[in-house]
Amino acid sequence: MCLAVPGKVTKISSADPLMKIGQVNFGGIVKEVNLAYVPEAKIGDYVIVHVGFAISILDEEEAQRIFDTLDQLDNIQDHPL
Amino acid sequence: MKYVDEYRNEKHARRIASAISECVTRRWTLMEICGGQTHAIAKYNLQELLPDKISLLHGPGCPVCVTPVSLIDKAVYMAAQPNVIFCSFGDMLRVPGSTEDLLSVKSRGGDIRIVYSPMDTLKIAKDNPQKEVVFFAIGFETTAPANAMAIKKAKLDGMRNISFLVSQVLVPPAVKCLLDSPENCVQGLLAAGHVCAIMGTEEYQPIAKDYHIPIVVTGFEPLDILQGIYLCVKQLEEGRSEVENQYLRAVRKAGNASAQNIIQEVFEIIPRQWRGIGEIAQSGLGLKKTYAFYDAEKKFPCEFDDREKSSECISGLVLQGIKKPNECSAFGKSCTPESPLGATMVSTEGACAAYYRYQPVS
Repeated sequence: MCLAVPGKVTKISSADPLMKIGQVNFGGIVKEVNLAYVPEAKIGDYVIVHVGFAISILDEEEAQRIFDTLDQLDNIQDHPL
Repeated sequence: MKYVDEYRNEKHARRIASAISECVTRRWTLMEICGGQTHAIAKYNLQELLPDKISLLHGPGCPVCVTPVSLIDKAVYMAAQPNVIFCSFGDMLRVPGSTEDLLSVKSRGGDIRIVYSPMDTLKIAKDNPQKEVVFFAIGFETTAPANAMAIKKAKLDGMRNISFLVSQVLVPPAVKCLLDSPENCVQGLLAAGHVCAIMGTEEYQPIAKDYHIPIVVTGFEPLDILQGIYLCVKQLEEGRSEVENQYLRAVRKAGNASAQNIIQEVFEIIPRQWRGIGEIAQSGLGLKKTYAFYDAEKKFPCEFDDREKSSECISGLVLQGIKKPNECSAFGKSCTPESPLGATMVSTEGACAAYYRYQPVS
């Protein structure tokens, strides 16, 4: 129920701020999404969408962090103290 | 898909799982709060990757599962009214009420429509001015801003033929209720990432402190969940009980301010009944007086009690993490997704439905 899917903002129509609508591409499927809760979203940003509303803009740097952790884990294994 | 596929990499998943094995020295019981996480754990069989010392219990974070039977009965009553178009998220149609579900009303000719977004109901109401449209506004904090926006917009547009049957619940009071239970055996929590995308992480600080329990805000992909478990186990092994954020790419400490503002504008905090658990103080949202006109319970007054039919169903215990789905004698026998005895077998995020779909019935 709290399922939310990441997609890329490809178009923004700025009319009524409550009804700021964008087009979001989910791996090839494009849907209209309400952007009222991510007013700073720009074209090219990835947003997480739940029941037709973007609830968060994905932070690319933070998204990388898990893979940095994995690299660290591998280094620990490769070079035991 | 970007931000999806890379978090499903099997080699990386096994690497994190082995890091968990390397750091664990004793038995720990963790609970994932959100049904979406439960679904992913069952789908990717993540428990199999974990050392035997780690057990996962499944929490109450499935709004379909915890909506009380009296509200399902009210929905059934409203949907059966001749002039009503009743709109709902699809999962709610098969949830058993005390005598029947919404799907039975639909099969008798009731005008029940499945919507993707609460905003779809505004269009349905505008297209059908001679009808009364009711939306079953269920959800946790993640869905509250969407439901609140539909309600606010209905008022702004001066709509008269739409109302909302609200069943909004809040995670932190339910978590406290579970931790207060004498039967509680949960030692670490994976908090629900999308709830925290809205509300932020700060409201979990007093819970971590008061109950001496690590809380890791966690995402929904396999790598997210495994990393959430790793961080939680590391805290337990080191004797820490802090709020940590694994889902940094989507969750900010303060949450989403504009979404919180609309929730506060439309809703107020009220006690709520949780199916299988009972009433929990301050655990829900109800419409503020200024939006009372849009309250379906006022437009279609009716009363039902919350008594469940006695059955072998143990969904209440499953929701509280006291039992696992496959410990129920009805699981996979008299209770299946096609013929559910309890709400946890209905929604794909219900623990019973997730087990049924992805794990062999023994």
